[in-house]
Amino acid sequence: MQRLPRHRSSAAEELEVIAPSKLAIENVSKSFKGASGAILALDRVSLNVAEGEFVCLLGASGCGKSTLLNIIAGLEKPDSGTVQADGKPITAPGRERLVMFQEPALFPWLNVFGNVLFGLKLKPNLTNKDRHEVARYYLELVGLSRFQRANIHELSGGMKQRVSLARALAPNPRVLLMDEPFAALDALTREQLYGDLQRIWKARKKTIVFVTHNVREAACLGDRVIVFSPRPGRIREEFAVGLPRPRDINSVDLAVHSTEITKALKSHSQPEVAIAG
Amino acid sequence: MKRFLLAVLFFAVLLLIWEALFRAEIWSPVLLPSPRQVASYLEGAAADGTLATAIIVTMRRLLIGYIIGLVVGLPLGLLTARWKVLQDTIGTLALGLQTLPSVCWVPLALLWFGQTEAAMLFVVVMGTLWSVVIATETGVRNVPPIYSRAALTMGSKRLHMWFKVILPAALPFIVSGMKQGWAFAWRSLMAAEIFVTILTGFGLGQLLHYGRELSAMEQVIGIMIVIVVIGLLADKIFFSPIEKFLHRRWGTSQA
Repeated sequence: MQRLPRHRSSAAEELEVIAPSKLAIENVSKSFKGASGAILALDRVSLNVAEGEFVCLLGASGCGKSTLLNIIAGLEKPDSGTVQADGKPITAPGRERLVMFQEPALFPWLNVFGNVLFGLKLKPNLTNKDRHEVARYYLELVGLSRFQRANIHELSGGMKQRVSLARALAPNPRVLLMDEPFAALDALTREQLYGDLQRIWKARKKTIVFVTHNVREAACLGDRVIVFSPRPGRIREEFAVGLPRPRDINSVDLAVHSTEITKALKSHSQPEVAIAG
Repeated sequence: MKRFLLAVLFFAVLLLIWEALFRAEIWSPVLLPSPRQVASYLEGAAADGTLATAIIVTMRRLLIGYIIGLVVGLPLGLLTARWKVLQDTIGTLALGLQTLPSVCWVPLALLWFGQTEAAMLFVVVMGTLWSVVIATETGVRNVPPIYSRAALTMGSKRLHMWFKVILPAALPFIVSGMKQGWAFAWRSLMAAEIFVTILTGFGLGQLLHYGRELSAMEQVIGIMIVIVVIGLLADKIFFSPIEKFLHRRWGTSQA
């Protein structure tokens, strides 16, 4: 292994806004063994995501959108096809691409601050003082400075997802992968988080891939909305949403887009599958 | 403070009932000595050093055996959780041996090691080991996969994953296994000490045994009280704080 010269990066360097990645997904297929034989979760899916783009993957459950997210994360391997980030194939998970899951995967044995520090501690070349500074910055960014010392179980669902977001942002990834992160939250909390996420995305310039089954959510957040159909999981259509930001989920303009997307979603889903939203 | 006073009051009442029963002379004083007689035995035993020696001998056996049980049991539990082959073999063995009351190891220990310290240690280790193995294995298997997935994306691997994610996540299980192992070890050690005289050291069990031989009921009861107090202290000093921490962090109790 090549030894690089020792370089201590400072908290300020660590907090710099870095260039987001571009993703290239080509002909990706993936099947799972189910009770009734193999299920084709993804069928020759191709998708390009530009640097700093906010892309929403939309579809009914079982359409493979989460599988695609896991493949981009490096948590799962495709059966065939290639996935590249900035021209390099993705073979394993890495902190360049951090994931925010639907259930907050926060660690109950650590407090809020410890959770945000977790990924930072795995970054070499930082002093502990810098790590603490970085963690404090992100907790402030998600509006939870006052809850540094709180235990995870003391937080509301929305606060937990804020901590998850801070934890995912803290190691300064180039890509943020979000798997229905707001699905389990109440509407009011969700709306607040839509605003916060757009603000943070603007400030930190991440490439975001956001999986959801909520059409309005997709239209509110995405630069582009990619519509999936289930069994087998395929990309059917895509919509560019050109509305100015920050977007309000309740705006009329947004409703126009989401009506159009809903129509597409319904037409591509099989008759026995009902889609809510 | 209020809870403490209530507890003190409760035990004072217990003592009073005991004293009343003694004075009523329902049973012969040989079978039921007064609290004062027991106290004076304990005082004497404390003064001449018998008690301290016995406590040290017993606690040394217990602690050394317990630590060996933990040091062997924890990694064994991790290994059985990690590999199917080990789960089917060592895991099953551990499950079987855990159902064996640990006092059942005493005859075997005596035949193998004779009347030695090694026999005592062996019994304590066997009492501790299997509970710890099983609790660790169960704990690790119950760690939600999403924790390791999240940790993987943040760059956690192998040893870091085991020490910073899997082990802490399994901690509630491991601690309850440690507590059970402690209880089993303590019980089996007492049984072994009562059964077997070991010339290298007189433990609390032996004092209990000689109390019976001499029909010295105040000694029997006195030593029993000491054993109960040690059990309580171990719980309050060692396990309670850990459990309180776990409850607070995990939010598993309102207390």
